[in-house]
Amino acid sequence: MSQENSIQHGRATFRPSGKIQFGVFFQGVNSGTIWKTPEAGSQTDFESFRRIAQTAERGLFAAFFLGEGLRLREHLGRPHALDVAGRPDAQTMLAALASVTRNIGLVATQNTTYNDPADLAHRLASLDLLSGGRAAWNVVTTDNAWTGANFRRGGYLDHSDRYVHAEAFVQTAKRIWDSWESDAVAASTAADSWAAPGHVRTVRHEGQHYTVDVTPRLPRSAQYRPVLFQAGDSPDGRDFAARQADVIFSAHPKFEAAVAFREDIVARTVAAGRGANDVQIFPASEFILAATDQEAQEKKEWVRSLQIGPQQAIAYLEQFWGRELSSFDPDGPLPDIDPAVETTSETRGSGFHGAKARELAEQWRAEAAEHGWSIRQFVSSRTARIDSTFTGSYSSVADTLAEYARVGAVDGFNISPWIIPSGLDDIVNHLVPELQERGVYPTEYAGSTLRENLGLATPERSPELVPVGSVR
Amino acid sequence: MTHSSNAGFLALELDGDGAHPAAWRKARHTPDALLNGERIRSTVLAAESAGFHAATFADGHVAEGADVAGRLNALQRAAFAGPVTGSIALVPEVDTVYTEPFHAATQLASLDYVSGGRGGWLVKASGDAREAAAVGRSVAAEDALAHEAAASVEVGRRLWDSWEDGAVIRDVPTGRYLDVDKLHYADFETPAGFPGEAYSVKGPSIIPRPLQGQLPVLAPAQLVSVDGPLLPSAVDAVLVSAPTPELLAAEAAEVRANLAAVGGGPAGRAPFEVGPAVIAELDVVLDSRGQFAAARLAELEAFTAWESPRARFVGTAAELADFLAELLAAVDGVRIHPAVLDVELEELAQLVLPELRSRGILRPAASGGTFRELLGLERPENRYATALLNTTIGEPA
Repeated sequence: MSQENSIQHGRATFRPSGKIQFGVFFQGVNSGTIWKTPEAGSQTDFESFRRIAQTAERGLFAAFFLGEGLRLREHLGRPHALDVAGRPDAQTMLAALASVTRNIGLVATQNTTYNDPADLAHRLASLDLLSGGRAAWNVVTTDNAWTGANFRRGGYLDHSDRYVHAEAFVQTAKRIWDSWESDAVAASTAADSWAAPGHVRTVRHEGQHYTVDVTPRLPRSAQYRPVLFQAGDSPDGRDFAARQADVIFSAHPKFEAAVAFREDIVARTVAAGRGANDVQIFPASEFILAATDQEAQEKKEWVRSLQIGPQQAIAYLEQFWGRELSSFDPDGPLPDIDPAVETTSETRGSGFHGAKARELAEQWRAEAAEHGWSIRQFVSSRTARIDSTFTGSYSSVADTLAEYARVGAVDGFNISPWIIPSGLDDIVNHLVPELQERGVYPTEYAGSTLRENLGLATPERSPELVPVGSVR
Repeated sequence: MTHSSNAGFLALELDGDGAHPAAWRKARHTPDALLNGERIRSTVLAAESAGFHAATFADGHVAEGADVAGRLNALQRAAFAGPVTGSIALVPEVDTVYTEPFHAATQLASLDYVSGGRGGWLVKASGDAREAAAVGRSVAAEDALAHEAAASVEVGRRLWDSWEDGAVIRDVPTGRYLDVDKLHYADFETPAGFPGEAYSVKGPSIIPRPLQGQLPVLAPAQLVSVDGPLLPSAVDAVLVSAPTPELLAAEAAEVRANLAAVGGGPAGRAPFEVGPAVIAELDVVLDSRGQFAAARLAELEAFTAWESPRARFVGTAAELADFLAELLAAVDGVRIHPAVLDVELEELAQLVLPELRSRGILRPAASGGTFRELLGLERPENRYATALLNTTIGEPA
């Protein structure tokens, strides 16, 4: 990808829009949200969600994004106590926010493992209609029986099957959203029937893991159907996104990585028979801003000290050591005792994967010793979030982001505020105007639907999608 | 419970264009303006300003034919209404047979948060073959429905209690956001003899305890029995139907007598002295704008026949006020199913509710009040906090 390429024509060539947009990710469960200061508000009160969403809308954000966790995270066999936890159901909260917002997109993370396609497609279509065409679905997969313990179905899906299953699920959802003709509903009470006869196709799917036979009961929304987000980063996940998604919630916000990721996704998208610009990229990010670069650096130290406190640093190591390490000094060197487990026990639900524990411990001790890091400093260096942080003055960060826009490294950033509910205030009050001055950020909403505001094409009604792994 | 006050409450079903299948033909908007947020906003606000104490939202499949073929998810409609209203209780129908109980419980808890403690659960146990087929399940047998409902309600109630009040401690010196001792596994298992496939739900919930502690649970009276599986102590109100308006009071009295015969609730919950609140179900067709109710009904019936299991009141606003005044002496509340929402709600708001208020037989609608308060229910103790069971997570059994 380069500027020179952009003068070529054709759907197979990526052309930068020259703009970036913002989304906000109200996380609700994580270590990145500070709770230890008096300004840190409730994680469950509706007013916290309303303030973030309305502030984002004042800043012309494209999307308000909620995550999903279907089992409370656990640490050494008990719920993890140190981080923010306990959040509302995504779609229920977004339906409520739809009534107090007008333009911002409403993105619900929902997994394909512990939902039924017909039910989930119906609920997403409901959200889409309630919000006037602003709904989106961030498609995630969950495969473990540990989460399944909360569900009638239990754990039933092999890890290797998760994308096959997810893709069949998404295709079924698309067929459900595709089932009504446009303008199927009568425009007058004098009509013979409420909906035009034969207006709706029945959707049937028989797959390995589920069966669907449904006459969908919702018409198209103003944006045709919900926008699809996807966040998987494995090769399978990227190909899945290239075939099915409208937006990727990526893990690659740093410039070189973002450019490389864009090139990879463009190649996969074109290979899947879609246009090079058809899949947008919004990496996860965090912003620590102030009037000057110096102040921003000082603010960052403060933010980090509250995100990774002494207890969090110890707990982080405990999940790899598989034993209590509370006797170790967080400001001292890494533990000299060996892990109690063969493979890491991990904080369940945190997304860590198993690893050879002893090997890892030795490697980490060496790394910390080399840098002269304490436990806290080491853990700070390990948290992925640091790679997604933009720190600096409003104007220098705006300059940085303008370069992303110029080359089209990303389409936008999905920002995680590090404090609720004030965490977007400086971004909206100071960064957004700087970006607008540089001509790289919208100055108004393009329309009333999420699809319009992202600049995505309206889907065309398929003659009939061929479902993966199904018989008809 | 609810009998300390003589004044009753009124609920209004807000589904679609009204309870009559042909209602859309007499609606005061075009059909394509039904399934959107503005419709929810305007109808729920009209119900609230009319003085209704609760709004209910039907869910599930819609009948095939010439009439309304679409329906938005009920729980989302209630959630949408949460921030735009201030006193009306919001009670979606949520299925217990084909819906994952964990999702139902956490979505309802979330509704309670977005409505400031005005959420409730109208339990549905669907024996509808189309709803079963949509999710690839075989249809539940009639006698299995109450078992499914009882299991889902128990899961919901355990999950709502799985976070004790005050579990979020934000204790800076120890670095703990949560007090893990105040979180509990639900460890639900379907009982022996459960007619469907046995299942379990681990917990805890993914959201702290609802604002009300426990959302009020409403169920059709025919699902509830002192012999179980869905016990009177598991629900806060029952909905009673009769073939005619004249039979409603007697039916309500019989249901009340049957359900009050049980001695006490499960451990950790206060025993019910008189059983759950009783809500009468009533279809309503009123005179409107110079047209007689009977004539309006005949017009609707000429399009589609109204097959309803509920008693039907057809008459003037004044007659309805008299009838409700009498009925409210025998029941705790009445749920009105308007034949045509736009039409009946206008008459109810202008003529019926003001008359009942002037007679002092309606409870005052308290802005900022919870649904439990409306029903006369205390905020309940937490079963795990009070019973001192050894369910604390991570402790040796």
